[in-house]
Amino acid sequence: MQAEVKSNDQEVKHAQFSEFVSFTVAGQAFCLKITQIREIRRWSPVTILPHAPSDVLGVMNLRGAVIPIYDLSARFGLETTEASERNVVIVVSSDGKPVGLLAESVSEIISIDPEEIQETPPVDSRNTMEYIQGIISHDETMVRIINLDAVISVPEQVL
Amino acid sequence: MAGSIQDTFFEECEELLEATDEGLSAIEGGNHDPEVVNAVFRAVHSIKGGAGAFGLNELVAFAHRFETVFDEVRANRMELDEPLIQLLLRSCDHLYNLVAVARDGGETDQAHHDMLIEALDKYIPEEEEDLTFEPMGLGGPIDIAAIDIPQAPTEETYQIHFRPLKDMYSTGNEPFFLFQALQEMGPLEIVLDDSELPGFDSLDPEESYLSWNLTLTTSEPRSTVEAVFEFVEGLCELSIEGAGDADADAAALAALDAVFGSAPVDLTPVAEPTTMVEETTTPPFEQPAPVPTPEAQPEASGAKPSAPKAESTKSEQRGPNPTLRVDLERVDRLINAVGELIINHSMLAQQIANLDVADVRDVETELEGFKNLARDIQEGVMSIRAQPVKPLFQRMARIVREASSATSKTCKLVTEGENTEVDKTVIERLADPLTHILRNAVDHGIESPENRESANKNRIGEIRLSASHRSGSVCIEVKDDGAGVNRPRVKQIAIDKGLIPENAELTDSEIDNLLFLPGFSTAKEVSNLSGRGVGMDVVKNAVTGLGGRINISSTPGKGSTFTIILPLTLAVMDGMVVSVADQTMVVPITSIVETMRGNDDMINNLGADGTLLSIRGSFVPICDVAGALGLRKEDNDRPPGVYLLVETETGQRSALAVDDIHDQRQVVIKSLDGVCGEIAGVAAATILGDGKIAMILDPESILATSPTTAGAFDTERRMSNAS
Repeated sequence: MQAEVKSNDQEVKHAQFSEFVSFTVAGQAFCLKITQIREIRRWSPVTILPHAPSDVLGVMNLRGAVIPIYDLSARFGLETTEASERNVVIVVSSDGKPVGLLAESVSEIISIDPEEIQETPPVDSRNTMEYIQGIISHDETMVRIINLDAVISVPEQVL
Repeated sequence: MAGSIQDTFFEECEELLEATDEGLSAIEGGNHDPEVVNAVFRAVHSIKGGAGAFGLNELVAFAHRFETVFDEVRANRMELDEPLIQLLLRSCDHLYNLVAVARDGGETDQAHHDMLIEALDKYIPEEEEDLTFEPMGLGGPIDIAAIDIPQAPTEETYQIHFRPLKDMYSTGNEPFFLFQALQEMGPLEIVLDDSELPGFDSLDPEESYLSWNLTLTTSEPRSTVEAVFEFVEGLCELSIEGAGDADADAAALAALDAVFGSAPVDLTPVAEPTTMVEETTTPPFEQPAPVPTPEAQPEASGAKPSAPKAESTKSEQRGPNPTLRVDLERVDRLINAVGELIINHSMLAQQIANLDVADVRDVETELEGFKNLARDIQEGVMSIRAQPVKPLFQRMARIVREASSATSKTCKLVTEGENTEVDKTVIERLADPLTHILRNAVDHGIESPENRESANKNRIGEIRLSASHRSGSVCIEVKDDGAGVNRPRVKQIAIDKGLIPENAELTDSEIDNLLFLPGFSTAKEVSNLSGRGVGMDVVKNAVTGLGGRINISSTPGKGSTFTIILPLTLAVMDGMVVSVADQTMVVPITSIVETMRGNDDMINNLGADGTLLSIRGSFVPICDVAGALGLRKEDNDRPPGVYLLVETETGQRSALAVDDIHDQRQVVIKSLDGVCGEIAGVAAATILGDGKIAMILDPESILATSPTTAGAFDTERRMSNAS
């Protein structure tokens, strides 16, 4: 709702604004472009993939399709999430194939002027640099924009 | 529109080429039945016709030469000797290439093309031009002498009236190309007659209103002029009148009438290749046998002289079953839907079972009926996708020919079980691995004719390609009678390339299987054919990608056999639902020999880690599935209580230990391709009745990865021999 009101206020500028969905992973705020997201589901137990790396939680049934679920927190090198009913799975699309990403909770939809996006300052963390494509300041907190392609590329360890 | 017609043409080309190939192979095998010869002739002729309509000149020119030479054979004017058959076979291969180039673009091998044309031209008699027009016959050779075609060495002027019917446009024919062809023969005057063109308001854009009056002066014989219109026969109203011979030859005109004028309405249903779903009972472009004189007509149409021509043709043909050509995507949508239906059934069944209702027997009976129906539908749909491997095998015959001539060896391919039906996707994806295996067989397996002779073998190497159904799977075997695997060399190469340690002790079969290691290529030098750095590992990957497996067995001096075992369908299988470390999993029923509940007495330790299960006096190694999949913690080493006795392709038995067996049911296979990489021990996934996903296990790969059983096979053999 909040996002809607806001975009109405700025209808003139609306065209150049992009909408992002923000969510938290291991206490940190992240976001994805709303067009990248297919749906958001409540967490339900997944089927474990044998020999899978720790950031691949397993697979789940999405209306007849088998989709892999990644733990975003583990993927970012943060602690692994103990998934529960309170958590959400964000279903995104990779080359037309759906992939689920486990997040702690979804926060809100925010409109961002592309010009507000700042480059990721260099920090000493390889994972961060790889998976974050920019940062924005929203309500005085830092929101990290996820580089979706990097996150959902099938990790080589699985082979 | 034009694109889709062209697609249809190329599809037909595939079939026609297969027919040509098949016919030539039969001829090669000694069958000189006129019907076979005619079938080949018709197929090539139809290719030429279709290619002409699309302006594929190179293809037309080549097909024309092929056809002309073959016509000589057909008329018994030329003997089909071995060199000619080989030339025709190679020409047929080249036709495949030309069609492929026309479809996909690219370049033909010009030198090869010219060489074949030159070779074919040697067989073409001088007066070839006069014979180009000959109506195709379906009922046997046509007495061409009956049509007395006037020889026209001097220039002649023809008045041609040409009025296309609307069907001619819908089959992709273009008057322009016809006129262009006429113009090449001499001065051509074209007068458009648009008198039938209605006013704009009543104009039907699909209807044909135009006709043309053409005046052609040419030194070509009349037959050549007529040949231009050969492929719009029945699709137009046509009259050709020579200025000089208008009354001279009534017989020829009668023949013309039979071909063009008299029965356009009867003939139109025969050639209508525009719709995607099409009756292929009568191949398009083919016309019923035109008979030279009206009196002879009853003979051609058999007992029903009054029957419409097109119909009588159908009944005269050997009578293939009527078929539909359906877009593959539609079939696949149906298959997916049926898959969902079966999952849906299991969900329903489970929910009804969970209901707290006293009497659900009636519901369960109905549900059982539902299940059987769903299964019927499913089997029906799957059988739509199933196709005989014949076309694939025919392609392989070409590969062997090409490979033989490239290596100057002589080999023949013997095929068996061509009618074995396999899922279309499997057939498509088998083409590359089979090609590879066959090329390898010719290149590395079969020896040179000299070496074969000195080894007391037939100079001609034999490669046997067979397909058969074997207990729920398809078995494809490639067997050559060559030298077999050169084991010392294979081992040395593997050592040189660092694939195995220098002091490795390997059994014969293990050495043979080294061929499948990535980066292994035994060719001493890179030959044109095989040994391009990609080796048999590519073949193995392709086969395992289809859920199958490949084995090699070899006897030095006698030859090698590659055996490919593939699942019958890629969509559904019967599985046993088991639980392993709190996860539900499915084991393919085809690999299970027996299930049993074990107790401690049956378990025997062997060494530090090995455990053997004693079954009626013999001992088989136990493989803990949870352990092999990395799901069980180290400290919990109590073996679970239920065992699935499985037998591998090589006949070795092993006991898979699982926690419990729940159910036996049909499951829909969901590929894990693109979901994650290949997982050792897991073949695919499925969705169970409760909507949960379960892994479908691959017993063979579990046994291969499990540390306890990988080395235990030999032990098992020794133990069972001892007991």
